[in-house]
Amino acid sequence: MPTAEVSPISPPSAKAQQSAINDFTIQVATVNGSGSQTANTVLMRALFQMGIPVSGKNLFPSNIAGLPTWFTSRASKRGYIGRKKEIDFLVAMNAETAQEDVLKLDPGAAVVYDEPLKLNALRSDLNFYPVPFDKLVGPVCPEPRLRKLVRNMIYDGVLARLLGIEMDEVRKALLKQFGARKAKAADLNWGAVEAGYDFAERNLPKTDPFSVRRMNATAGKIIIDGNAACALGAMFAGVTVVTWYPITPSSSLVESLIGYLKRFRIDKETGKATYAVVQGEDELASIGMVLGAAWAGARSMTATSGPGISLMSEFTGLGYYADIPAVVVDVQRVGPSTGLPTRTMQGDLVSTALLSHGDTKHPMFFPSSPRECYSMMIDAFDLAERFQTPVFVMSDLDLGMNNWMSDAFPYPEKPIERGKVLSAEDLARMGGFARYRDVDGDGVGYRTLPGTNHPAAAYFTRGSGHNDRAGYSEREDDYMNNMDRLARKFESIRGHLPAPHLDLNSRAHVGVVCAGTSRYATEESRDQLREEYGFETSYLRLKAYPFGEDLIDFVRRHERVYVIDQNRDAQLLLLMRLEFEPELIAKLRSVRYYGGLPLDARTVTDEIVRQEGL
Amino acid sequence: MSTTTAPPKKTNRIGLEVASYKGGRTTLCAGCGHNAISERIIECFYEMGIEPWSVAKFSGIGCSSKSPAYFLNMAHGFNSVHGRAPSIATGAILANRHLFGITVSGDGDTASIGIGQFIHMLRRNIRQVYIIENNGVYGLTKGQFSATADIGAKLKTGAVNDLTPIDCCVQAIQLGATLVARSFSGDKRQLQAILKAAIAHHGLSIIDVISPCVTFNDHEGSTKSYAYMKEHDEPLQELDFVPAFSDITVEIPEGEVREITLHDGSRLLLKKLGRDYDPTDRMNALRTLYETEAAGHVATGILYLDSTRRHFIDHLNLVDEPLGTQPESKTRPPREALDQIMEELR
Repeated sequence: MPTAEVSPISPPSAKAQQSAINDFTIQVATVNGSGSQTANTVLMRALFQMGIPVSGKNLFPSNIAGLPTWFTSRASKRGYIGRKKEIDFLVAMNAETAQEDVLKLDPGAAVVYDEPLKLNALRSDLNFYPVPFDKLVGPVCPEPRLRKLVRNMIYDGVLARLLGIEMDEVRKALLKQFGARKAKAADLNWGAVEAGYDFAERNLPKTDPFSVRRMNATAGKIIIDGNAACALGAMFAGVTVVTWYPITPSSSLVESLIGYLKRFRIDKETGKATYAVVQGEDELASIGMVLGAAWAGARSMTATSGPGISLMSEFTGLGYYADIPAVVVDVQRVGPSTGLPTRTMQGDLVSTALLSHGDTKHPMFFPSSPRECYSMMIDAFDLAERFQTPVFVMSDLDLGMNNWMSDAFPYPEKPIERGKVLSAEDLARMGGFARYRDVDGDGVGYRTLPGTNHPAAAYFTRGSGHNDRAGYSEREDDYMNNMDRLARKFESIRGHLPAPHLDLNSRAHVGVVCAGTSRYATEESRDQLREEYGFETSYLRLKAYPFGEDLIDFVRRHERVYVIDQNRDAQLLLLMRLEFEPELIAKLRSVRYYGGLPLDARTVTDEIVRQEGL
Repeated sequence: MSTTTAPPKKTNRIGLEVASYKGGRTTLCAGCGHNAISERIIECFYEMGIEPWSVAKFSGIGCSSKSPAYFLNMAHGFNSVHGRAPSIATGAILANRHLFGITVSGDGDTASIGIGQFIHMLRRNIRQVYIIENNGVYGLTKGQFSATADIGAKLKTGAVNDLTPIDCCVQAIQLGATLVARSFSGDKRQLQAILKAAIAHHGLSIIDVISPCVTFNDHEGSTKSYAYMKEHDEPLQELDFVPAFSDITVEIPEGEVREITLHDGSRLLLKKLGRDYDPTDRMNALRTLYETEAAGHVATGILYLDSTRRHFIDHLNLVDEPLGTQPESKTRPPREALDQIMEELR
């Protein structure tokens, strides 16, 4: 009898008992390519549908099949959706990692495991639930070659029973996952869920403290990954030319975009596409096509990751120096070189800010959520065209490839801003124009598009030295005037970027600054510091580079400011050092994590506690 | 006393003088083959009556790539980065499918640093005229071998090339260009006919023009010198181009001339010289290039022409108006679209 195998456990502490409702992390350990993604998504979605704040993180290898992979779902009644270090509920499906996974658990955790692995022998302070997956899958899936895939749905049923996840919601989630067209597959998988539930009901008496209870914290929200959110932003920004070269973790961004464009951007009258998507031969070609297209008037973009950013360096300098718009999404991953291509990092901040040679600097957006992915893509296109310069949207693998609970996206109310483009009619009125003359004092000249039907429309674009009429020039005054204009433009950009998110705490002497996905760990860490150490902090989350006065004020107001970085070299802090006065630099402290997993609150808390001597 | 009136200025079919097709003063060496090519471009666009503002000029880096500044001042130009003009041109043509693209590159720009972009441009059959001003050396960096230098060719320093040359025309024929030609900057008549055919062609035209570098590669022992070309040039046919708008009737001697009608209705007349050459036969084109090279000759003329293959933009099913200038009503889906997507994600 499986029940006989349940080991005695230490009584859970009062604190653990208290927090066990809608506050735990489930980790499913499987083998890459075994089809566990469907089971994991259904699990996450069922919790979401029960109104419980939830997040899902896929930790996967750079491999198509065969290597270990882990999926972590966190339910949090307080709405924490960052990664939590501790695993409360392990589903051990992978013989290769099962022992190590079990040994890493804190006492009191629960383990659902494939019975033949006999994990219960490893420890006596855990709640073990053995499940004979192979025996259960046979009757519900007569087709042997499908069993490997269907087998995983069994743990959804087991977990539903053990945690109290409503089966109606599991079924709804499963039907959503398969869609109406795959009703047969949905039936097959539902059979497996029920088999798991029934088995658990008959054989697995509950011994752990974790459970779920219906809440109302997800009403109106959506589940989406950051890459799809960027894709939607691009489509509603009116993107017309998309180029790309496949690279993890950005490929799904363009694949999502292709899917949406096919549905929503075919001209109804003609049946023709109002966009072009081109897979380039490499990232050099992708950014080249983006610049060529933008030069000729398109809203153009590409998406890539760190290695691609490196390759785009030369062309980015041309875009900067020749005043050409471009939107580049960098879904950051662990470098340098190939690095850990399926792990997350914010390691391209400095290289992207200053990408290329000579004096170059580029605006960057730091989305922290799918909703910001969406809105910042729209902002990035407007900014790129208004200021005629390459703009970078700095997402990361955690944001881009994981599913997130998100507020629904608002329809853009502002009309699309195409910037200073002169038409043939403008030229007829004006007689001519000087391409790089700073007429308006914002560092941005007027441009014309090739094909403009006027004899005075043409100008010559070059990456070599040029004067304000776009003529070739090696004169020092022409060169310096142009570089000064570009510096002026960068200053104008500063005033057109989203202001940081600010939470000033009058009782705090210490501030915390972060950007992008570091927000989840940082915000949770502030609560930990307050609740566990009575330590108050102020908080500023940067949304864009170059930074503005808000950041300087914030640092000035506090005695010390911790800058949270997901890289080894404190790159966000380094960018601040580039612009700060020495007395402000002296206030900066660094908290860094660079292990490739999404940043967790405990890591931030522990480091601040150590440095503060709390 | 007689009064003189200035003769009416000569204009083309759209009423523009040749001056409207000129560019800035060249800064290349006197006698450089590239300058002759710029002259041919000016003449051909003028004679074909192409609106200069509908043209977009592209180039990479090198002596050749400077030359778009020396023709068609009324056309937008883009002197980009080394070897990467194809991607810039591709992007621009995606944004505005009605742009008339012309790229001028060199042998270093195309066959070395730019070989990747060159090859993928061939595969896409981007509609533009792509000229390789081929002199076998890097000029701007003072005379190093390029990847088109022939085996045994000698530099001024006495260094001899031992490496296999890349024949851009062979690549072009194999990989999807639909008009492939080779010419010599010193052969005005042939180059004019080829250029006009390329202007009339709806697809990618690759024109490899042997264009001697008078400073670094015009000496004894060079295989890209004026003297070498005058001796080894083997034209495959005598070319005549009859534009679609011309009402001149051309008498064609029977059996001696092939006639090919181009996309815009223009006609290309290919008069037989030594051999009977069919430029629509891809295998024969490649064989001829190998054979003439082995014999120490440089085959010039229209090497290959395929008027049937669709070009890249046709494959993309794009709206007719340029993508770049579509109104917001066409590029931003309506509110209901977002509502629908949000509902699916709930």
